[in-house]
This record gives sequence, C-alpha cells and structure tokens, in this order.
Amino acid sequence: MKLSRRDFFGAAGLGAAGVVALGAGGAVAGRAAAAQDPTASTGTGAVPFGGAHQAGITTPAQDRLHFVAFDVTTTDRATLVRMLQAWTEAARRMTRGEDAGPVGAVAGNEYAPPDDTGEALGLPPAGLTLTIGFGPTLFRTAEGVDRFGLADRQPAELVELPAFAGDELRPEISGGDICIQACADDPQVAVHAVRNLARIGQGVVGVRWSQLGFGRTSSTTSDQATPRNLFGFKDGTDNLKSDQPQALDRFVWVSGTGTWMDGGSYLVSRRIRMLIEVWDRQNLRDQQDTIGRTKGSGAPIGQTDEFAPVDLGALPPRSHVALAHPSSAGTAILRRGYSFVDGSDGLGRLDAGLFFLCYQADPATGFVQVQRNLRSDAMNEYVQHTSSGVFACPPGLTGDDDWWGSGLLG
Amino acid sequence: MRTRRTPLVAAGAASLALLAACGGGSDAGSGGGAGGASDDIAVAASDTSCDVGTTELEAGTHEFTVTNSGSSVTEFYVYAEGDRIMGEVENIAPGVARSLLVELPAGSYQTACKPGMTGDGIRTDLTVSGESEQLSDDEALQAAVTDYTRYVTSQVTALQEQTQAFVTAVKAGDVAQAQALYPVARTYYERIEPVAESFGDLDPKIDARENDVEPGDTWTGFHVLERDLWAGDLSQSGPVADQLTTDVDDLATRVQTLELQPLDLANGALGLLDEIASSKITGEEDRYSHTDLWDFQANLDGSQAAITSLRPVVAAADPELAASLDSAFAATQAELAQFASGDGFVLYTTLTPAQVQGLSDSLNALAAQVSQVPAVVAG
Repeated sequence: MKLSRRDFFGAAGLGAAGVVALGAGGAVAGRAAAAQDPTASTGTGAVPFGGAHQAGITTPAQDRLHFVAFDVTTTDRATLVRMLQAWTEAARRMTRGEDAGPVGAVAGNEYAPPDDTGEALGLPPAGLTLTIGFGPTLFRTAEGVDRFGLADRQPAELVELPAFAGDELRPEISGGDICIQACADDPQVAVHAVRNLARIGQGVVGVRWSQLGFGRTSSTTSDQATPRNLFGFKDGTDNLKSDQPQALDRFVWVSGTGTWMDGGSYLVSRRIRMLIEVWDRQNLRDQQDTIGRTKGSGAPIGQTDEFAPVDLGALPPRSHVALAHPSSAGTAILRRGYSFVDGSDGLGRLDAGLFFLCYQADPATGFVQVQRNLRSDAMNEYVQHTSSGVFACPPGLTGDDDWWGSGLLG
Repeated sequence: MRTRRTPLVAAGAASLALLAACGGGSDAGSGGGAGGASDDIAVAASDTSCDVGTTELEAGTHEFTVTNSGSSVTEFYVYAEGDRIMGEVENIAPGVARSLLVELPAGSYQTACKPGMTGDGIRTDLTVSGESEQLSDDEALQAAVTDYTRYVTSQVTALQEQTQAFVTAVKAGDVAQAQALYPVARTYYERIEPVAESFGDLDPKIDARENDVEPGDTWTGFHVLERDLWAGDLSQSGPVADQLTTDVDDLATRVQTLELQPLDLANGALGLLDEIASSKITGEEDRYSHTDLWDFQANLDGSQAAITSLRPVVAAADPELAASLDSAFAATQAELAQFASGDGFVLYTTLTPAQVQGLSDSLNALAAQVSQVPAVVAG
C-alpha cells in the first residue's frame, strides 16, 4: 500500500478546516480577500502550488522558514532543465502533503534508497509553499561566463546589489544561482521539502548555503497580528498586504516587460545579525527612539494605536521607522522575513537576528532605495548584514505540465 | 573506519575457490589460477611508455609479463568496456618483472600501465576475436563476484608488501621513508576497506583513529604510527608496527576464504563513497599527516572496482544508469585529479573551502548514482 501523507487527512476535511482557520483572524476585509485568494494559507492545509503568481509571496506568512541557495554544478542546459522539471514534480507533491517521489518513503524496493526521506510522514501539508528564484550568476558567472546560453535573457533589474555602508557580508553564505524559499507552519515540513529538493538535485546543483527561520517577522495580510522581532518590537505594521492589489501591482509584481518575468517578482535576502546583548543593555526609551515605535503597543512614537498613521515629524529623525517608512523612502516593498538563532558565537553571544526577505518589482527602486535611505539609521549600531542575495522569481505555474523556469529555459 | 549497516559477507555465496573454478578471471598473485596460458605477451613499461607485445588476441586465457624499466612503481591493467578490470598486477617496482594470467572472451579491451600508480594510465587498444559467451543473469552476477574477489585478492597481496616496507622503515627509524610509504600502504587498505570491515575485529585493529577506541582498550594500527611519525617519535613504535604486520597478514589469510554476494559488491561500493563523505572530505581521517586525498582516491578506486565488476549486470538491466555511473566516476576522478601532485596529492590542509565543496558536490552526485545499483543487482 502506498502510504501517502495525504491519507492521514481527508481532502474534503482540509477545505473546511481552512475556512475556519482563515475566519479566526480579524478584519472583514482581510477575511473576504483571503477567502478569495487561492494562495491563502490554511494553517495545516495545503496552499495551491500553481497560479498567476508563485505561492509564498503574498501567501499569509507561515511561521517557519527554510531558505536555501544552490550553485549549479553542471554546465549542461538539458541536465539543468530535467532537474527543474523533477523539482517541480516533487514540489507539487510536497505542497499537497504527499511524499516527494511517486513511490514514497516506505513503499519502494527495499534495496533502493526511498524517493522520499520520510520525516514528514504523518504531518499535514502545513501550508507549505515553495518559491523559486534565479540569481544573477545563473545567467552569467562572476567571471562573465554564460554557461547556459541565458545571458541575453538576464533582466536588467537582476544585478548584484550595490555595497552598503556597514556591510559585513560573507561570500560563502551570500548569492547563489538558484534559491528556494520553503515556508510552512511546521518546521519539519519546511526542512523536509528543502532536504528532498537538495537530494534530487545532487549532481546538478550543490547547496551553497541555507538558513532556518522561525517566528515570521511580517504580516502579509491584514488579518494577521503583527509579530515581534528579536528586538522585541512589532515588525511589519505598515508592510504591503495581499489585500492591497493595486499596491502589489505597483510595487511587487513585474508587469508590462513582455519578458519571462511578467507576473514574477524580485527577491532580496539579507541575513541581518542583531547585536542582541548590546541591544538588551539599552534603556527602554533609547530602544523606542531607535525604532520609532513604542515597544508595548507598536504605535508610532507620539500615538497610541499601532495602526495610527506615521507622523514623520513626530519621530526621532534617525529612527528606523522614520527612515524606512514608505512615506520617507518614497517606495514600498513586501517584507517576508523571519527571526533566526543559529546558536551562539565563540564569545558567548547569540548568533541571532532577522533573516530579511522582501519582494519587489525592481530591486533598484525597492530594497536598494530603502536601504540607501537607512544610511543614518540609529538601528545600524545594533545590526550587521552578514549575507546578501538577489533573485528573480518567475511567475506562477500555469498548469500541471508547467515547470519551474519554463519561461526562461523552455 | 566506521560501522557498516549490513555485513558484507552473507551466507550462501560460493567460496573463492569455487568461483575460480567457474571461470572468469584468474590472478597471478594467487599463484596458479584456473587454466593455463598458451602464450606469454611481453609488456615493456617505463615512466612514459607501455609497449604491449600484441594488440590482437584469440579468446582464451593469456599471460602478460610486465617488466618495469622506469623509475617509479607501476601497475598494469586489462580493462573491458567501462574500465571493468579483467585483470591487473599492482605494485611492480622498478626493475621488476611480474606476470598476469587473464581470461578474455571476445571483445574490445584496453591495456594500461600506470607509472606512479595514478591517473588513467598509458592505454593501448586490445581486440580479442572468437566466440563471445552470452552469460545468464546468474552467471553474470557470479562473474562479477569472481571479478571483484580477484581484485580484493590482488589488493591484499599489495597491502602485505607495502605494509611490510612501511613497517621496516618505521622500525629502522627512517621517518622520511616511513612518511612517504604511509599513504601508499594505506591505499591498498582503503580500496578494500568494506572487506576488512566485514571481519569485525580487524578494521578497528588496523584503521582505528584515537577517538574510535573505547576507554581501556589499546589503540593500534596505521593511525598510531601516523601520530608517531608526524606528531611524536618512533621510539615506542616497534610493537605497534609488528602488530600491524600481524593484523594485515591475518586479513590476507581470511580473505582467502572470502565469500561475497553480488549485493555485497553494490553495498560495498556505496560504503566506500560514504567513507569519503564522512571522514575524508572533512580531513578527519589523517589528522596528523593530512594525506586524506590519497585515501579519497583509494576509496574511489575501490568503489569503482566493485561497480565495474557489476557493470555488465547494470548495463543489461539499466543502460542509462550504467552510462551515468561511468560519467559520474569520471567527473569525481577529474575533480580529484586537480589536486594530484607527483605520485600523490597535495595535503588536505592546502585545499580552500570552495575546493572541498567542489569535491563534496561531485562525490554526492556520484553516490546518488551508486545508491541505485543495489536495487538493480537485487533485481
């Protein structure tokens, strides 16, 4: 008997559970929008894999992340295409809560390694989304080599980020030819997905670096409560939300280029280490002045309601919110970051911070513009950017035969 | 060393003696295999050439006599398609002549001398005409076992010789010579390590690292001498060296009654790659000498020897897998060859993290292919 993870949960039951879970959130507008949104998370349920846009961008942010960047080790384009097709099939299955391969973790030839690793047996789909992006080095290596005949298809927007003051980037955990963002409400489901994709990709890609995250630090829908980051502050109050379609079309989705990226979005990743112990010594007033919000309610300084409009004139001019807010930066990005704690460093300090992820229609007028505006950010004293990446995330898959990268490599 | 998941030796396999009687290869090292040769083909090997007396033969058993006129130790191989080893002589010292008996059905082959015992060797095409035998599935599997068992025997013989030379240098207090021989002697062990591991007690005696030893137990074997040679002195090394000779001789004796199943070959081939992935790629194996890349090469050789023995079986059942195995072995070999230096390799400690990652990626790709072989063999 084939033991599918889906067998543990009735498919019909999932849909009902999903509606209930969504309804528990809050504002009427958010509920309605979310209920119509095919990419809405259902907590334990499945998020549709296909659609106009990739899932995992405006999908209500799940609680857990496993992000992985690969370098392509083959130089053969057909081999790369075959792997992307195999990945797509596995991703399609895993997001439905099924085993990665058609045979499954325990049903195959006992002398063959199973085509699924098994640690997600018995777990629900957990809202798993798998979002793929292509880095600049896939199109042209750092040495300028066009390995796959893709150089003329590299979007002008997809270029390495400029250096920013204070960067402490480590090349070995930066960049990558291909990234996969795996988000789920169960960490084991996210790790299972990345592990199986890495296994399937062996010989074609090698893992360059990966990052685990927990405790989403942004809400991407209005009915999600604003979470707190490791500074202890609410983070993402004024983030772009999935129920703001006009803003998303303007700031997040690529459109009108007539290229394979229409319907896609650009992803910027930054591993931002927080100097936790230093931060924790700062008095409450300084912490609040550094961020620009009150620590308890999350309201902008001078206000009492978290969602009260930000009054730039009332904020300390070098506070993070004063400089990062759309009304100051002149642009908006869809943030989707996660906290991380990678144990402690050799000096007994937490190696912890924010794994910042954001989506935008153009990194130059998105993250780069925001980050440049943060040059004098008071928060810079407490953070170090240690990893950086930029990736072109293609539009969603159109049908059951479609595969990741078909518009680029098909 | 590591603990194997499954015993390499399973009950019910034909013994080495029986296998030899079934036909297939025979080995010069074992002193008189099956059948006699009607000819004696001279092979003149030097550091830069490998002149074989003939390039066309009739199917049957042939004898090659390899004379090494070069300055480095050489090896001689007869390869079938996919570099399946039909016969080989290891460890032919300068000035020495050694002979090889090999049974060759009709087909296309290559001979190779490997001066310095590294690389693809100096190749010559060899065509064998006459009746070609069509083997049944079971016969093909038995032929694979025979083929690989012969490989193991030849490696053990070379291991005894090289270990003796190494031990002699250690006991003579000749540090430079002993350091030079250490990775060479280990090569013959690392190629067949799963076989040694199948004799449960021998692998810990020969190849334990310091942290493998239970408190209260005595640490013996290669790695004790490695520590003495690179991080200590040889004043107390004599008894350890003698014990190593005894244990290697014990291994050679036990190999004579080795009984292998086809699945053991497939699992052993993967086990050797897992060895690389778990201890060589991290530089843990040879923590004093940093000669891990010699061991890497030896594990890779041993894995390939087992897979090439099985190759006709794999090629019949899954030609695509056979081709993938060929190219994956070649790719990993090419990745490793970047670090060749002289007759050996650069020290592990000179590799950059990116270079280690390149080796690791290549090895993972190879192991993914090799992991498909057991199911094919099990049918």
